[in-house]
Amino acid sequence: MSEMFDPARWRPAPFLPESETRDGALVFVVAVLCFLACMTAIVVIAGDRAAHGWSGQLAEQATVIVRPRPGETPDAAAAAAAETLAGVQGVAEVRALEPEKAYELVKPWLGDVADVEDLPVPRLVAVTLDKKRPATANELKTALKGAGVDGIVDDHALWLEDVRRAARITRGMGTVIFLLIASAAAAAVAFATRAGLAAQRDVVEVLHFTGAEDRYISQLFQVRFARAAAVAGLIGAGGAMLAGAILRLMGGSQGLTPALPIAWGDLLAVVPCPLMAAGVAALAARWTSLGLIREMQ
Amino acid sequence: MSRNPIASPANDPAEVVRFDDVSMRYGRGPEILRDLSFGLAPGSFHFLTGPSGAGKSSLLKLIYLATRPSKGLIHLFGQDIAHAEATARPELRRRIGVVFQDLLLLDHMSAFDNAALPLRIAGLRPDDYRGDVAELLTWVGLGTRMHAFPPTLAGGEKQRLAIARAVVTRPQLLLADEPTSNVDHDMALRIYRLFVELNRLGATILIATHDQDLVARSGRPALHLEGGKLSLRAPQGPTLT
Repeated sequence: MSEMFDPARWRPAPFLPESETRDGALVFVVAVLCFLACMTAIVVIAGDRAAHGWSGQLAEQATVIVRPRPGETPDAAAAAAAETLAGVQGVAEVRALEPEKAYELVKPWLGDVADVEDLPVPRLVAVTLDKKRPATANELKTALKGAGVDGIVDDHALWLEDVRRAARITRGMGTVIFLLIASAAAAAVAFATRAGLAAQRDVVEVLHFTGAEDRYISQLFQVRFARAAAVAGLIGAGGAMLAGAILRLMGGSQGLTPALPIAWGDLLAVVPCPLMAAGVAALAARWTSLGLIREMQ
Repeated sequence: MSRNPIASPANDPAEVVRFDDVSMRYGRGPEILRDLSFGLAPGSFHFLTGPSGAGKSSLLKLIYLATRPSKGLIHLFGQDIAHAEATARPELRRRIGVVFQDLLLLDHMSAFDNAALPLRIAGLRPDDYRGDVAELLTWVGLGTRMHAFPPTLAGGEKQRLAIARAVVTRPQLLLADEPTSNVDHDMALRIYRLFVELNRLGATILIATHDQDLVARSGRPALHLEGGKLSLRAPQGPTLT
């Protein structure tokens, strides 16, 4: 009897090797792909919010160009327009822009003009509309006409459609990119799992020919590879969450930039990643192991 | 003592193995086995002989359900394996012990774990078999190597471990593919005696071998496979026990 081995103290070894040199590569590949998929998800969510913000801001505002009537000062015309518009239902706030603001707006086209005040620059009134029931351009025009104010209402409709189209494209592209990366990650998990399992063909053969049920063998591999993929998914998702948090902190309250306003809640998008990676790996392991077993019959 | 396997009547439900007009080919290659019909009675002991490439391993694979015939019927323990439910096949395999030609030992398991594997798969508790496994390993000369892992075992030790794994459940049918190819003469005789002992306990034995000396000295019949055809060679000389 062996001096080093006491059968009375023997405990059965796991059917599968506890660690394989391939496992490290599998975990690395899956973790990197999970990181990329999670980062894409965070960016897509933030980008979607930004797109909503752009169109929302435009839709909630209108600009009125006020032309003074003969004998009326521009300031008086602007004040009359602001007063009229403030009383319209669906208007939240009205603000007559200072002349300097209007001059600043035309400055890029006129350049530095010495007597800019002498130019007939129209006065502008910025109207913030009620979010729940915004007033329409026609309602604003009717109110101005009724009050005898000569003004042109610009409800940004021309720009709004362009911005909305741009937002739709941004959102669509982001979703497609996310789906592509997520699919690539899932395929990589499946291929890595298949490669790992092919290396264990001997174990499958021995268990199979000594009478283990196909389902039992398959479950061994499902658990093994699902666990490895879950760990990889956890690493990838954790890395993406950390990177997202850094971007959020770098950008202050607005996120990295106004164009990519990452919110803390967006980081939760990575939570399902480890489960999804584990699920894909389990399915791949199941199909591959049952395929291997079928080849042996 | 064995019955004549070639002459046994078709579909005898008592037969452990029954082949009826079985042929086998790999892919589109030529037939390796052609229209084989034979049966192995319970408790019989046969060698399977023939030149290299004659199809001995393929014949064993057909019996332990590692491959399927291209035509013909195979019955195992009275069951038509072509119509056996997928769930019934593991149960059939658990009644068969196999010494594989390439041994198929699991490198990540100790010799003890390898030998105990079929008992674990059969669902037995470790306390019910740990003593038997230790005794068997000692008997095949691996008493001091139970803790060792296959990569550290010598060729003969690996072979003995594979044999221990095949016989540990006392299978009703034992198939061995060149079980003594890597052991010396004394160990070959010792292993042969283990098979004889199992046979005495009721197991049906079929051993593929090139060891003509062992076949001749054993006094056991041999199924000789050549050119895809099977013939029975009667025992020569006294039975070696």
